Amino acid sequence: MKAYAFDYVRAATLVEALSLLERAGEGGKLIAGGQSLVPALNLRLLAPQILIDIAQLPELRGITSDDTHIHLGAGTRHAELATSALVGQHVPLLQTAIRHVAHAAIRNRGTLGGNLAHADPASELPACMIALEATMLVVGPKGERRIDAIDFFKGLYETALEADDILVRISIARSPAETRVHFNELARRAGDYAMAGLAMVMHGTQPQGLRIRPVFFGIGDRPTLASHAARCLEQAADPMAGLAAAQQALSQDLSPQEDLQADADTRMQLARVLLKRGLTDLLAQGRG
Amino acid sequence: MGKHVITLMVNGESHRLEIEPRAHLADVLRDELALTGTHIGCEHGVCGACTIRVDGAITRACLLLAVQAEGAVIETIEGLSDSGEIGDLQDAFRHRNALQCGYCTPAMLITAQDLLLHNPNPDRATIRDHISGNYCRCTGYQAIVDAVETVAKARQTAGERA
Repeated sequence: MKAYAFDYVRAATLVEALSLLERAGEGGKLIAGGQSLVPALNLRLLAPQILIDIAQLPELRGITSDDTHIHLGAGTRHAELATSALVGQHVPLLQTAIRHVAHAAIRNRGTLGGNLAHADPASELPACMIALEATMLVVGPKGERRIDAIDFFKGLYETALEADDILVRISIARSPAETRVHFNELARRAGDYAMAGLAMVMHGTQPQGLRIRPVFFGIGDRPTLASHAARCLEQAADPMAGLAAAQQALSQDLSPQEDLQADADTRMQLARVLLKRGLTDLLAQGRG
Repeated sequence: MGKHVITLMVNGESHRLEIEPRAHLADVLRDELALTGTHIGCEHGVCGACTIRVDGAITRACLLLAVQAEGAVIETIEGLSDSGEIGDLQDAFRHRNALQCGYCTPAMLITAQDLLLHNPNPDRATIRDHISGNYCRCTGYQAIVDAVETVAKARQTAGERA
């Protein structure tokens, strides 16, 4: 199908983009890589009056790090994340996850910020952001503010961004060497949206004092931190001894939906399988 | 909602075009420049039939508005055919019957060439993974993977001799 007609303007700076967005009001929509937006336009699911292109804003570019954090410009393309040495060294979870995001041709244009702002519940990167306790730097007409990833994703395609906000940068604490990460998803075909997926981070080395963050995606209307299950794993004598209880506790954490790909019971079962595989992998990494 | 004037560099030639912002690049290449080797299947980024190169990176032409491509360097199957860059892949596809209706073939060739440029010695699983975003409804992929594997080996051998 062909998109409804709309107007288009390319912003050169963040200040200009904010002012264009404010002036456009309800009819304005930001475009960066467009890899989720253009399909929605072509399918006539969206009908903006004007697209404001922020792909070339210098303020949204670049991957940098300081002593404690790595900072990812919202305009960073998936392909750049996949090959960045800084990302590989300090947030390896993202490079494992990025291989599951769509296909090469889409990773060449899709951006991190666009992916997060789109907030598809089956998307890989929002779950990683919650697992990694990322902070989003957002700029709006009233100035800057920072939003924790756990508060950023509000529901189906819904975030804490207001209509006149722009997501500028994502900051993530550099993972210490002993932090272990795991990523896995179950999809019917490589690159397809997952029926269920898991991003998991484990801090610490001792059986007691471990901090575990399992975040599921493709289950429910947003990526979900399975905090009841995490507590079962953290409070057990050793995490594997807590697995059965954690798998049971997932029914308190997750509200699986039913769709053409899988029914709710199947999704809950997949989540339990993913948790077991994830924990097994994390513990095996420690022995390596 | 007026038309926009843009300049596109396509297969080494500069074109000045007056287009609607809603026109995606696949439509513009086909309708304005008569470059019909870029095929349109699903128009929402799933089938891969419209894959082209933009600034050297493979891209879905149906997911890129032509206005976004202003100033970019675009290469289509016509450009890659004329330059001879993928002549060996085209031969291998023909010899191995790696196409039947041919609808997916231009994009499949561009995607295969993208893999071989980045990874000259891919195994079959890697080939399958890289073409996983390109649908073929005729061949069952086996012959396509064979053809790409054959070309990878032939280029390796040629490289060693050189």
